[in-house]
Amino acid sequence: MKRQQVFDVAAVRDIIAQRRDMAGAMLPILHGIQEKIGYIPADAVPMIAGELNVSRAEVHGVISFYHFFRQEPAGRHVVQVCRAEACQARGSEALAEHAQNVLGCGFHETSADGQFTLEPVYCLGQCTIGPNLTLDDELHARVDADKFKRLIQAKREA
Amino acid sequence: MSTQDAVTIYVPRDSTALALGANEVAAAITAEAGKRGQSIKLVRNGSRGMFWLEPLVEVATPAGRVAYGPVTPEDVPGLFDAGLLAGGRHTLHLGLTEEIGFLKNQERLTFARVGIIDPLSLEDYLAYEGFVGLKNALVKTPEAIVEQMIASGLRGRGGAAFPTGIKWQTVLRAQSAQKYVVCNADEGDSGTFSDRMIMEDDPFTLIEGMTIAGLAVGATAGFIYVRSEYPHAIATMNEAIAIANARGYLGDNILGSGKSFHLEVRKGAGAYICGEETAMLESLEGKRGVVRAKPPLPALEGLFGKPTVINNLISLASVPVILARGAEFYKNYGVGRSHGTLPFQLAGNIKQGGLVEKAFGLTLRQLLEDFGGGSATGRPIRAVQMGGPLGAYLPPSQFDTPLDYEAFAAIGAMIGHGGLVAFDDSVDMARQARYAMQFCAVESCGKCTPCRIGSTRGVEVIDKIIANEERAQQIHLLKSLCDTMVNGSLCAMGGMTPFPVLSALNHFPEDFGAPGEQAA
Repeated sequence: MKRQQVFDVAAVRDIIAQRRDMAGAMLPILHGIQEKIGYIPADAVPMIAGELNVSRAEVHGVISFYHFFRQEPAGRHVVQVCRAEACQARGSEALAEHAQNVLGCGFHETSADGQFTLEPVYCLGQCTIGPNLTLDDELHARVDADKFKRLIQAKREA
Repeated sequence: MSTQDAVTIYVPRDSTALALGANEVAAAITAEAGKRGQSIKLVRNGSRGMFWLEPLVEVATPAGRVAYGPVTPEDVPGLFDAGLLAGGRHTLHLGLTEEIGFLKNQERLTFARVGIIDPLSLEDYLAYEGFVGLKNALVKTPEAIVEQMIASGLRGRGGAAFPTGIKWQTVLRAQSAQKYVVCNADEGDSGTFSDRMIMEDDPFTLIEGMTIAGLAVGATAGFIYVRSEYPHAIATMNEAIAIANARGYLGDNILGSGKSFHLEVRKGAGAYICGEETAMLESLEGKRGVVRAKPPLPALEGLFGKPTVINNLISLASVPVILARGAEFYKNYGVGRSHGTLPFQLAGNIKQGGLVEKAFGLTLRQLLEDFGGGSATGRPIRAVQMGGPLGAYLPPSQFDTPLDYEAFAAIGAMIGHGGLVAFDDSVDMARQARYAMQFCAVESCGKCTPCRIGSTRGVEVIDKIIANEERAQQIHLLKSLCDTMVNGSLCAMGGMTPFPVLSALNHFPEDFGAPGEQAA
């Protein structure tokens, strides 16, 4: 059974209308929707397809190609742990394991309480001060097990 | 209003400094100065690229800028007690910034302003030779600009090292009512941050370089394709473009010349392959980032089918100094056919990580030891990956190779964009080889079979090698698979993933349980 999606349809329509005439409008539209709604609702796909005069399959194909776009809402907070080489050289694999233990979920998953979505990211451009992560878009450097727990605790209490 | 005796204090706004608490330090300094009734002017500059010292606070004194770092908010009252505003002594006192060895021994051309100026102050930019190159370009013919670029010897800084001027000449000669300039700022390689630093710390340089490229080839529109992982860079770049437009350095009728160039930032969406130039074009056109077969060259049929200059960000950011100082000035840096300077990026397990802009020709060991100070953990550096996830792993026996495109090619490695990631002796190279294949499996665009399927099979084969299942046969199979990927892939993603894999196997066979084995 498909879960009913509740989102601001008018806002999505506005974003599409504002950006549809840009050259190569697809990504700017998808970014606009995700910034506003937090993900790309399935029901937005036919709206985009209609305005850009492409098939729904094509819109879906673009959404699913790019790691950045979500097709489901994320948890209340998003944790992105860098797993690329420079952070690996500074201990990010241990951090990745620790993060999964603390949150009780794997990568690409959301913790059981719906609070945290854990994602891998391949380089945040902070390669001298790893291991790095972003927590709700904020950068944190030199994250060890203790610092990770503190960051998560602060969000839980917020 | 009396601000004449206000002391200027610099606290960086570069995202690495922010990740280390620069905003909190800036707030503490403002609060402390207020509490003491001392008048300061706080400037949010870029980073000097000495990241182990960030947040690096500088104070303008009659002798020059004096540095303190790394500063925490808790240090701030003590710094004021020690006479911060006069450059007073303190345990965090580093002396004159420009005299710090890591910085003093560099040759900064492309990064000449980075860390010095307020990135969004057009006045600062102009005070440090900003837009001199553009003004020179505006009175030249397109052919003359292209000639100057060819004469400079600049080669593409993104990895392929193709001569930039030749690329521009192809686009200039193409006949079309519409042409484009695309900046590849999809800096997805681990261990690289020089593109990010230019966008965050000196964005007008990129605007100037792209505008000159537009004048040179007859393009009136440009796009900067920036990865979504760089929100600070995107924000700063957008602000800088708005300022340049408002002040007549960009847009219609640039500086009254009658020439136009329009610039726009486009945000990527987390696909590594979009750093490949044709996949990037597809993405800009609103499609899946699937690579295109070449020919046609993008120089002839690029964005929306029009002739397009596609350059790496650092290539474009190197253009203003060439137009300002001349081709000879730039060409005289470097060795052999590697002209000019490259912003090397010391990353990973390194004590003094950061940005080192130097002329080509120094050795990897000089970078690692003289600038980097060895590993962060104090253990021996065992391997260095140069040129991103598709670059070879180098053992210490190759650390004396001079940084020169041809010398690196001769040892089966590449300088690429100058990013290097150091690993200490705790690294397991079989795991790194596995990671390279895994990364390719996750990031492959899927268009060609060797990359799409080969990478997944590569992970499986390496797993068997690690588990010692028919190890000798599996090693043989891995080499054969790599051969297929190198020769059969459509682009560098599948074609170069074997480089880290085979170099790990060749130089560190013991990690694959194959002691003494000399891989071919």
